Amino acid sequence: MNVYPFITEILQILLVLAISPAFVGWVRALKCWSQGRTTAGMLQPYRDIMKLFAKDVFLAENASWIFRFTPYLVFGTAVLAGGIIPMLSVDLPLSATADVIVLVALFAIARFFTTLAGMDIGTAFGGMGSSREMTIASLSEPAMLMAIFTISLAARSTSLSQIVQVIYSGQSVLRPSMAFAFLAFVLISLAETGRIPVDNPATHLELTMIHEAMILEYSGRHLALIEWAGMMKLTLFMALGAALFFPWGIDNSGSAAGAFLSLVFLLLKLAAGGVVLVLIETGLAKMRLFRLTEFLGSAFLMATLGMLSFFILE
Amino acid sequence: MEGNFWSLAPWGRGLGEGYFQYSDMNLHIAAQINSFLAALVLLTAFGMLVQKRVYGLIHLFAWQGVFLSLNTAIVGFVAGKHHLYISSVLTLSLKVVLLPYILHVLINRLRIRKEVETIVNIPMTMMIGIALVIFSYHLTAPVRELSNLVTRSTLAVALAVVMIGLLMMITRKHAVTQIIGFLALENGLFFAATSATYGMPLVVELGVALDVLIAAFIFGIFFFHIHTTFDTLDVDQMARLKEGD
Amino acid sequence: MLLILLGVPLGAAATLAFVGDRKFAPEINILGSAATFMAGIGLAVEVYMQGPMLAGGKFFFVDAFNVYLSVLTAFVSMTTAIFSRRYMRREREHGRVGHVGMRFYHAMFQLFIFAMLLCLLTNNVGILWISMELATLSTVLLVSLYRTPTAIEAAWKYFILCGVGIAQALFGTVLLYFAAEKVLGEGGDALLWTNLSRVSGSLEPTVLSLAFVFLMVGYGTKVGLVPLHNWLPDAHSEGPTPISAVLSGLLLNIALYALVRCKVLVDGATQTHHAGNIMMGFGLLSIIVAAFSLLRQKDIKRMFSYSSIEHMGIATFAFGLGGPIATFGALLHMLVHSLAKSAIFFTVGHASQMHRTQDMDRIKGLFRGSPLVGWGLMLGVMAIVGMPPFGIFTSEFLILTATMKDAPYLTPFLLLGLGVAFAALIRRVQSMTAGEVPPYQKPLKVAHLPVVLHLTLVLALGFYMPDFLNTWFHTAVELLK
Repeated sequence: MNVYPFITEILQILLVLAISPAFVGWVRALKCWSQGRTTAGMLQPYRDIMKLFAKDVFLAENASWIFRFTPYLVFGTAVLAGGIIPMLSVDLPLSATADVIVLVALFAIARFFTTLAGMDIGTAFGGMGSSREMTIASLSEPAMLMAIFTISLAARSTSLSQIVQVIYSGQSVLRPSMAFAFLAFVLISLAETGRIPVDNPATHLELTMIHEAMILEYSGRHLALIEWAGMMKLTLFMALGAALFFPWGIDNSGSAAGAFLSLVFLLLKLAAGGVVLVLIETGLAKMRLFRLTEFLGSAFLMATLGMLSFFILE
Repeated sequence: MEGNFWSLAPWGRGLGEGYFQYSDMNLHIAAQINSFLAALVLLTAFGMLVQKRVYGLIHLFAWQGVFLSLNTAIVGFVAGKHHLYISSVLTLSLKVVLLPYILHVLINRLRIRKEVETIVNIPMTMMIGIALVIFSYHLTAPVRELSNLVTRSTLAVALAVVMIGLLMMITRKHAVTQIIGFLALENGLFFAATSATYGMPLVVELGVALDVLIAAFIFGIFFFHIHTTFDTLDVDQMARLKEGD
Repeated sequence: MLLILLGVPLGAAATLAFVGDRKFAPEINILGSAATFMAGIGLAVEVYMQGPMLAGGKFFFVDAFNVYLSVLTAFVSMTTAIFSRRYMRREREHGRVGHVGMRFYHAMFQLFIFAMLLCLLTNNVGILWISMELATLSTVLLVSLYRTPTAIEAAWKYFILCGVGIAQALFGTVLLYFAAEKVLGEGGDALLWTNLSRVSGSLEPTVLSLAFVFLMVGYGTKVGLVPLHNWLPDAHSEGPTPISAVLSGLLLNIALYALVRCKVLVDGATQTHHAGNIMMGFGLLSIIVAAFSLLRQKDIKRMFSYSSIEHMGIATFAFGLGGPIATFGALLHMLVHSLAKSAIFFTVGHASQMHRTQDMDRIKGLFRGSPLVGWGLMLGVMAIVGMPPFGIFTSEFLILTATMKDAPYLTPFLLLGLGVAFAALIRRVQSMTAGEVPPYQKPLKVAHLPVVLHLTLVLALGFYMPDFLNTWFHTAVELLK
């Protein structure tokens, strides 16, 4: 039995754990530069996480097991998702067993428990955050699935490895369905990872916050895990987008040199993705909550148009 | 006189097909560019359907014209139909430059530049739009099966653009918006002609362009009439003619 | 002769745009229309002698079907021009139309006639569409001539609905060209009606059936068929009366003509009664809905526009039914309806000017106030509801006979529509014509000639069918089979 894929798999999971704070640090640094502020350095997220791990956990009196269990679950699903998305190699054991629908479901589980935990304590903010989160989820998940189905149709498979390979080898450069799916994916990613037109990760303003409202009661290592998982989620969405729409450079030969090359490409793609993200975030203002239906509605529209143009035009 | 003198014009058929040889690969790429532009045209149609600002609408309309004109030129190149170049230039000058300019001037003159229109239920409108796309796809199925042109698959998109223009005219209540919907509908028709048959005969296309031009002047006059009579361009104000009274 | 026929109105339009609101502008208008009519007669004689002909490099085409419609168009536009001389002058005095308006009115009137004649005479299905759109555009601003809120609303509705409708017809034309190109090759020749009708048997039936649906919706909007009729009562009631007369009397005919031309091609390709059934459905629906709407009207011009919808429904139904008798009836019906309806609009114009209102409750005592207007209206309505011995009785009788023979189960519906329309119109016209002269009625000088001429013709056609007309109708029936 070939052990090489397992090694790549483990390496990849470790890589995701390691670089996701750096990626978030990179995005924050870019944002600071673009706004003319001095940065705290790309390593600041690591320091934050370390500090939180060192602190005590302070639990509310009426917190149930759900509240204590959620951080571990959220972190666990993020790690698992990190093993599914092809980054270093196409040939991953986890990717062979779990397809893209499982990936969406993993994110959904994490979200479900986060919202439960938000309501568990019974504070006003937690409940408000949870309700908002669920509003977004109910709109973004269908759109997400629609976008993914479009890609799966084009690749004739829901397995991520398969999709990457098909798109990699395909001759067609300009596929309207892929373009639409990509646009939809960008919009959904912004909503799913709580970035600017939908949610602002940098504020605790009670009128607008969504994700931060749910995790307001967490402290110590619980908060560290959730924050870390959030960073991983952002990185993973970036990597997923890169894998689905710009798969060039991902290794499918199964050699160490190939894996290294993929790593270089991955870092380059993440860096570029960060720039794009910052451009979007500085270019747009945060939307009112009521306009989110329009935002996610257009994401759904794009995804559906992608699927239709697959049938009509290809 | 023997024969139709219109078809004897220098740009007519006769010159063309044999001049260039295209490999399958080229045709393949052209078909892809073509369908990609079709997708963009459809996207702009949807954009117009939900765009609230008059100004943004005109921009979207101009972009649609750009994609349409590009598409026509590419089809003309691939198919060796040189009269399509004329249609392409006509589209570019009429629908990208002249009409947006006229609308622009009118909007400035009437001081409605910053007006924002209320649209009821955007998601619902979008869903209807999607349903219309599917409907057009089914409707044009027999044509698609019979045709062997590179552009045959875009006919469904063209019909969808026509239908979406229609939907836009029904759902929107602003006179300018309705006119833009009408023009978008006209774009869809032009696109249909290009994709089903590599364009109508030149004399017909010229005539249609003339009609659009006259229509443009008429709606320009209308905007002023409506504005001076009703003090707004909201068509909902015009509801005096009803049945039975 | 054909080119003169088309050139005169175009030249007159240019001249009138130049002349503007001078004293003699209406006279030029009449002169131009009369010259057009003369050219029409000339063309008719030519066609009668030599049979169908092509002209202008196959670009124009005259046969038995369009020649009588061209003469009719030229004739009605001439009488309308005569009528409009006094009418528009009075509107000018009342201050309802300004200086610019008059210039516009005359130029556009001639342009409109040009568009209609082009529509009839062109051989190219694409040009047919273009001239139909041109006819719409040239009348839009005439409908809004008075600049009242309701007039602008009506014109806007007309512009938008007809624009949208006719766009569908262009899509249908594209599909038609698609099918034709396969048989006839590319280029302008593939859209020539003479070529298309020659090869209609080998056109792709599925594509043509699809095309017909679009053409039906498109041209059907212009014919004013229910449920696409919304613009018609508004546009016909808010514009100046001469315009209402030509819209009702001529434009609807032209649109129906375009539809029937397309139907012939589709029938040839499909070899079924598919297109006919659609037309019958639309026609019957129009008859019934329009008949019941007649009952509720208060505005006199609105009421008669619903009557136009009803009659267009009858003609469409008859064309859809097919067969020699029904088609003959439909051709005759188009002719006599056009004459009778424009005569009615002339009298209605006078009546509403005498009372300064279009409200039927306020129009009274026309018999005593102005015998010509009163009797003209009475006789016109008698003709339009199909009383013998007027020509409409003949055509409706023919159509009814054909219905009983070919589609007996539809006869009751047809009779219901005709009966309700009869009751509605007679009831209204009685209250307007009989009785004392109300104090606010002002006597006017009226144009005798148009009304008398039209009604005499309608009456004459009920008694006697001239030989040339008979021949043409029979040839046209053969053509449309």
